[in-house]
Amino acid sequence: MSQRDNRKVVEYQKLVSQMTPNSRMLQGCVRAFWVGGLICCLGQAITMLGESLNLTIATTPMFTSSVLIFLGTTLTGIGVYDRIGKYAGAGSIVPITGFANSIAAPAIEFRREGLVMGVGAKLFQLAGPVLVYGISSSVVVGIFYWMIRKWIV
Amino acid sequence: MSRVGRQTFVYDNPVEIASHVSYVGPKEGKGPLAKWFDVVLEDDLMGQKSWELAESHMLTQCVEQAEAEAGLAKGSAQAFLSGDLNDQIIASSFAARAMQLPFLGLYGACSTFVQALVVGGALISGGFLETALCAASSHFCTAERQFRFPLELGNQRPPAAHWTTTAAGCAAIRAGKSKGGLRLECGTIGRVVDLNITDANNMGAAMAPAVCDCIARHLEDTGRAPEDYDIIATGDLGWVGRNILMELFHRRGLKMPDEVLVDCGASMFYKEQDAHAGGSGCGCIASVSCGMIMKRLEAGEWNRALMVGSGAMLSPTSSMQAQSIPGIAYAVAVGRNE
Repeated sequence: MSQRDNRKVVEYQKLVSQMTPNSRMLQGCVRAFWVGGLICCLGQAITMLGESLNLTIATTPMFTSSVLIFLGTTLTGIGVYDRIGKYAGAGSIVPITGFANSIAAPAIEFRREGLVMGVGAKLFQLAGPVLVYGISSSVVVGIFYWMIRKWIV
Repeated sequence: MSRVGRQTFVYDNPVEIASHVSYVGPKEGKGPLAKWFDVVLEDDLMGQKSWELAESHMLTQCVEQAEAEAGLAKGSAQAFLSGDLNDQIIASSFAARAMQLPFLGLYGACSTFVQALVVGGALISGGFLETALCAASSHFCTAERQFRFPLELGNQRPPAAHWTTTAAGCAAIRAGKSKGGLRLECGTIGRVVDLNITDANNMGAAMAPAVCDCIARHLEDTGRAPEDYDIIATGDLGWVGRNILMELFHRRGLKMPDEVLVDCGASMFYKEQDAHAGGSGCGCIASVSCGMIMKRLEAGEWNRALMVGSGAMLSPTSSMQAQSIPGIAYAVAVGRNE
């Protein structure tokens, strides 16, 4: 790229960043906070329900996850979760229901491509990277912890 | 048939628009331009098995209606020029399969409709064809799954993002000249311009330099001024891209009257319809041209219009490989015969 073209590009980038509206950060944070918080409260309520049903400490979190995944998937299926996501942004993406949504949505979308190369191959289209890097980083952190555990315990 | 300047065809042997038909989806049918469209679909799946088949079906119906309104027997048009946004333009080629017409598949991303008119006009004015059907289509649901995310995913769009319109437009063109008919005057082939925009959520910014270049070339080649047109309609720059384009004209020293420059995408939806920067897609300028623009020209409200299709030549692959987005534009001038 010649120097003249380069200057043109730099000038244009400047113009574009001036004229492109930004997302409303504060509004987004407030919405994410209260919707995300509400989902977490719901999770807590389900946990307490589990405890009152005499579930053990080991099975209560699984009960909570199952109920939240069921709710997230059902709301995706009936076309409600995308509206919640549009309103709440990260508030509905980060909790477990968002993960359920990111798996159910491609399952619905790619059903027409068949069960194997459609649903099967595309199911983890969005959740896949989260799993890959989530599991990999937990392995790395685990090894690190194993090395330094003598000194911290 | 001749060429002026560097990039402009002048259709000396007259080419006229015999008919024009526009189809839009339910959301577009609730927008500000609703009354100009010929058909507003109630169901955007149209009883088909997939969104891709629905888009192709919409295009087929639109083209068949244009063919009939032009007074041509079914399947007798000499060529069908069309394109869309699907991988390997399947909406158009499947429509061509259904109609069994000689088919020229085109791709200019969202500028395809104007590209089809430029090429179709040249083929007719050059004496190679007597009739041609120029069309393009897009569908929100096919574009969304190909370029973005599954429909039911809960996510947010940035303010500069576009909403792909569900729409199709078809203009039947033929050799000849009738009193009061619409005439293709000239067409300009744009250059690909890329000023290193990589954000696929800001297509208006990616396309504005190409549109600016194409309009400036067109005016220079033809010796016309923006005032010679009652409307200069850009395809789908949206609000963001349109504002950038006005600033680019200003910096270039080209005086563009604010009321002459209308962006089809920015005009497609009301603000409350939540389409952010505006509509996009091949169907956007296709349906607005075949709807509002050509109808107002015919009614004598306007005398001459310049339609400028704008296209962002990206693919999901190029986006993921962090390549910048090349922009393209084509322009075609339409006037009314005496």
